[in-house]
Amino acid sequence: MPRGAGVQDGGDGWMVDLSVEIGELTLQNPITPASGSFSWEYDEFIDLNELGGLVAKTICREPRDGNPTPRMAETEAGIIQSIGLPGKGIDYFLENIVPEYAKFDPPLIVSCSSEDPDEFALLASELSVPDVDVVECNISCPTRNTSGGNFALSDEHTGEVVSKLRAATDKPLWAKLSPNAGDIVSIARAAEEAGADALCIANTFLGLKIRTDNFRPAIGNKYGGMVSPALKPIVLRMVYQCAKEVKIPIIGIGGVTKAEDVVEYMLAGASAVGIGYAAFRNPTALTSIIRDLEVWCDNRGIKRVSELIGAIKDEDMEMDTLTAASQGV
Amino acid sequence: MSGHLVENNYTTGAIRAMELDPFPNKPAGEFICNVISNDWVNEEYKLVVLGAHKKALTAVAGQFFHLLCPTPDGAEVWMRRPMSVYRVDQSGGRIEFLYKSEGRGTRGIATLKSGDEFNIAGPLGVGFWLEPDWKNIVVLGRGVGLATLAPLSQMAFEAGVNVTALLSARNRDVVMSRDLFESYNADVIELIDTDGSSDVSNVKNIIEGLIKDQKADAFFTCGSNRLLNLLKDQGRKYGIPGQVAMEQLMVCGVGACYVCVRTFNVNNERVLRRVCREGPVFKMEETVGW
Repeated sequence: MPRGAGVQDGGDGWMVDLSVEIGELTLQNPITPASGSFSWEYDEFIDLNELGGLVAKTICREPRDGNPTPRMAETEAGIIQSIGLPGKGIDYFLENIVPEYAKFDPPLIVSCSSEDPDEFALLASELSVPDVDVVECNISCPTRNTSGGNFALSDEHTGEVVSKLRAATDKPLWAKLSPNAGDIVSIARAAEEAGADALCIANTFLGLKIRTDNFRPAIGNKYGGMVSPALKPIVLRMVYQCAKEVKIPIIGIGGVTKAEDVVEYMLAGASAVGIGYAAFRNPTALTSIIRDLEVWCDNRGIKRVSELIGAIKDEDMEMDTLTAASQGV
Repeated sequence: MSGHLVENNYTTGAIRAMELDPFPNKPAGEFICNVISNDWVNEEYKLVVLGAHKKALTAVAGQFFHLLCPTPDGAEVWMRRPMSVYRVDQSGGRIEFLYKSEGRGTRGIATLKSGDEFNIAGPLGVGFWLEPDWKNIVVLGRGVGLATLAPLSQMAFEAGVNVTALLSARNRDVVMSRDLFESYNADVIELIDTDGSSDVSNVKNIIEGLIKDQKADAFFTCGSNRLLNLLKDQGRKYGIPGQVAMEQLMVCGVGACYVCVRTFNVNNERVLRRVCREGPVFKMEETVGW
């Protein structure tokens, strides 16, 4: 594998240690795909063994066709999409999909979803097989019913479902939160208290596009989750706020398209990132970002990328306006 | 290190023609191509010719590339656009796409000038295939669908298979790909709206004539529901297999996102398949409309 010039240190390994710890799990770097936007089929383009983790598309217990087409529409600032968690069910997944991922080295993070907390817990226990390294509970699918499936709109529902999942699996349990919650910090606290090992912040923003030629919603499911680099500052803010309030690691997900975005998320308090859109646009983006991050750290003399976690300099932010405005830009 | 950081192009993993491939054992890649020309071939269609990395030249007829289209209007074109390969010139290191400048993506492609760079990802998907016992095939397409079918003529020529190409169009000026078909010795029949020769009844007569003359071991089509249904009917009636290249709105192009699903009828069961992964070329008899 070609490496960036100046990154190798002459034989003792890489000059930059990109590894990060998510609880007891060590990722070789903080770059993971975001659930739903990834599959082992990206192996057509890149070496999946370079990734920090592999994230399987959200699995449900029963087979699902997913939502009616069209499933995506472009907007002025990104896309909205609503796929509807299609899949062939848990048995097919364990027999056919898990072995596809098991061909690769990085840990397998399996996203899962259910509208019913007890069935959700059963699913988590069924997924707790040796080749699965992390159970990521998608409690925030934006197009699922707000009272069932999209638990992450309420701290009470989040606590209830995460507790049941916690009791059902010994695997590391990551909870994927919703940016559509009114107060995501309270949801983050509820998930932590209920036993989540890490938080994925965040799922997609619920959106709508209406066609002006025929007055109909542009996608088959009417509402869709927004996917765009435009989300980065908003989700970054949420990660920052949650990182101040919880002790468990955070995976920042939203609008990452380049190494500097990973740095921003880590400075805000994330231990890793999830990437979706950028890989849609550039199928080689995931591995490129890993290499670029290594070069970025090396250029700044940063030996371990984990030094960046929560390293935002946000003290002494209170400055007199006239003093601030007297300084250059 | 190969690759370049380009503004609004979030990767350093895309490679130019002579650059080192960071993933030499992977079938697909992301390529920064050099635009050699981008000219009108008639009043509606343009042909863009690209200089590309040799890995891109492995594309076969019916496969597609996912194109990162420049903006036609100053606003971002967020998603790539899938487009089937028109022609691969191995010795010249070139790859060509024939397109109708219509939506935002293709209008963006139409702005490319000689010397510009153009990022394409692929080759992707399942292309056309020829069974060993097919000696004579019938290719029937309309409009821009002919751009997808045209490279099949080369594939057939190289396999020693005879091609009858039925090219349907609104008028004689916008018949596509006649030259390419003829350069590979295909028998070309034009089917034109303005003289009525593209009417289903006439096309059906021609097809039945070809079947009688044993010139139809298999059918290939793209671009028209009407023609697909005609070929399906004939295929069912005479036991002739066929293939069709399908379209669907697409996002990832590799099978991950499940945006591009379409319904197929497999053993009397309706199933969803991904056009990007299980297709874009499918068995005709399993399709449910184009």
